[in-house]
Amino acid sequence: MIELRGVHKAFGANRVLQGVDLVIPRGQSMVIIGGSGTGKSVLLKCVLGLVRPDAGSITLDGQDVTRHDSGAERDAFLARFGMLFQGGALFDSMRVWENVAFRLMRGALKRPKAEAREIALEKLRRVGLGPQVADLYPAELSGGMQKRVGLARAIAANPEIIFFDEPTTGLDPIMSGVINDLIREIVVEMGATAMTITHDMSSVRAIADRVAMLHGGLIRWTGPVSEMDATPDLYVQQFIHGRAEGPIPSVR
Amino acid sequence: MTGALPAALAALGRPVLAALAAVGRVVLFAIAAVGHMLRPPFYAREFGHAVMQIGWNSLPVVGMTAIFTGGALALQIYAGGSRFNAEAVVPQIVAIGMARELGPVLGGLMVAARVASSIAAEIGTMKVTEQIDALVTLSTNPMKYLTAPRLLAATLTVPVLVGVGDAIGIMGGWMVGITRLDFNSATYLKNTMDFLQFWDVGSGLVKGAVFGFLVALMGCYHGMNSARGAQGVGAATKAAVVSASVLILASNYILTEVFFSA
Repeated sequence: MIELRGVHKAFGANRVLQGVDLVIPRGQSMVIIGGSGTGKSVLLKCVLGLVRPDAGSITLDGQDVTRHDSGAERDAFLARFGMLFQGGALFDSMRVWENVAFRLMRGALKRPKAEAREIALEKLRRVGLGPQVADLYPAELSGGMQKRVGLARAIAANPEIIFFDEPTTGLDPIMSGVINDLIREIVVEMGATAMTITHDMSSVRAIADRVAMLHGGLIRWTGPVSEMDATPDLYVQQFIHGRAEGPIPSVR
Repeated sequence: MTGALPAALAALGRPVLAALAAVGRVVLFAIAAVGHMLRPPFYAREFGHAVMQIGWNSLPVVGMTAIFTGGALALQIYAGGSRFNAEAVVPQIVAIGMARELGPVLGGLMVAARVASSIAAEIGTMKVTEQIDALVTLSTNPMKYLTAPRLLAATLTVPVLVGVGDAIGIMGGWMVGITRLDFNSATYLKNTMDFLQFWDVGSGLVKGAVFGFLVALMGCYHGMNSARGAQGVGAATKAAVVSASVLILASNYILTEVFFSA
């Protein structure tokens, strides 16, 4: 279980997070929605320790994740995570399979090269890519294929918790649907806890067990995806229906 | 009128404070980087790759620089020396000039142009495309994985480049000496070898190590702190080359003062 309590983060005068409270139960898929620039990515990076919050606590199974100072502790923490980045963030100097097997070829999870490659090929198969792409470089792949490789890399070490940063950005609607379904299948199959940030409502409906809306540095609303359409919250209603008029200003 | 003076002083102070803060950040970065260089885990493959990129691939440009510089130096010393009948010192002055100053400084500057830029652009692009964040989520410390191998490789290979550059530069002087200035080949080489002392070359190699460290440090620092977008990476690349070059020239003066002032 991931629990955020009163998380604050400001960059200079820009107070991005102003006391976020959120609970993500184990094995659930939480999707955080919100407009561009509302701090969704910052929130996610706070949990991963890529950004240190100014105040508040973030705990994973009761342990504070913002205070890992020793390298070993932090490695053990990060080993439980996988993350799919918005642009894929594949290492362009490495072949596809080396990207997927990155974690399996160094550090605590290191194993023989042949075995790491075997696992990489299997993960690639899981995301719908054949062995013929394994020896290509990321730049030789289409956007959709890069997303798949990113996903394969995120699940390579069988993480308990997977983060998805805007998984469908830049993809056509059909490819978005495919990636959404893939994410849902994998999360269910692995029994992983998932946290996704997106502004794509098709992703929300495909991936989410629970939804939280971030606006003005706070969680405006959170609840099961089945209750999202019925909530009277005007912010949520404006967002999910994509209306220009409403409480959320159109110029941000 | 009353507010003008404090405002002017504040305007003067702000860039000074900003410059001091920047120096502080670089020093802290350097200390952290050296710490990661000395403590495991070590990434042998990345180190090997960096040695090829920084050392091996710089050989042509350093060699070209050295051979032309050595040749030009021979012509200049001959022309200058002939004003007071000292044409014969060409081999000695070419050797000492190349080994002590021009080998390390020009070699260092060429490496700065080639390597500081490519390191900054590569790491900057990785930062902008979230590859650095991706490294962290894959339990890999970017300072260890990206910075430490490059710093170590540059510190170890630039002295070798300087040594090779010294030899090629002296060869350039010798070629000009025997073809254009009527020196006897054997005499030229004998004069060079007899005159040159170990420390003439050794001091240049030490300079090379310092310059190599500075080049990689500036490349990594500016890359890691690159701002967003193509413009950010461009600015980081420029800053890396300029700062590495200036640091090479400044530290060269300091090292020369330390090594050779009586």
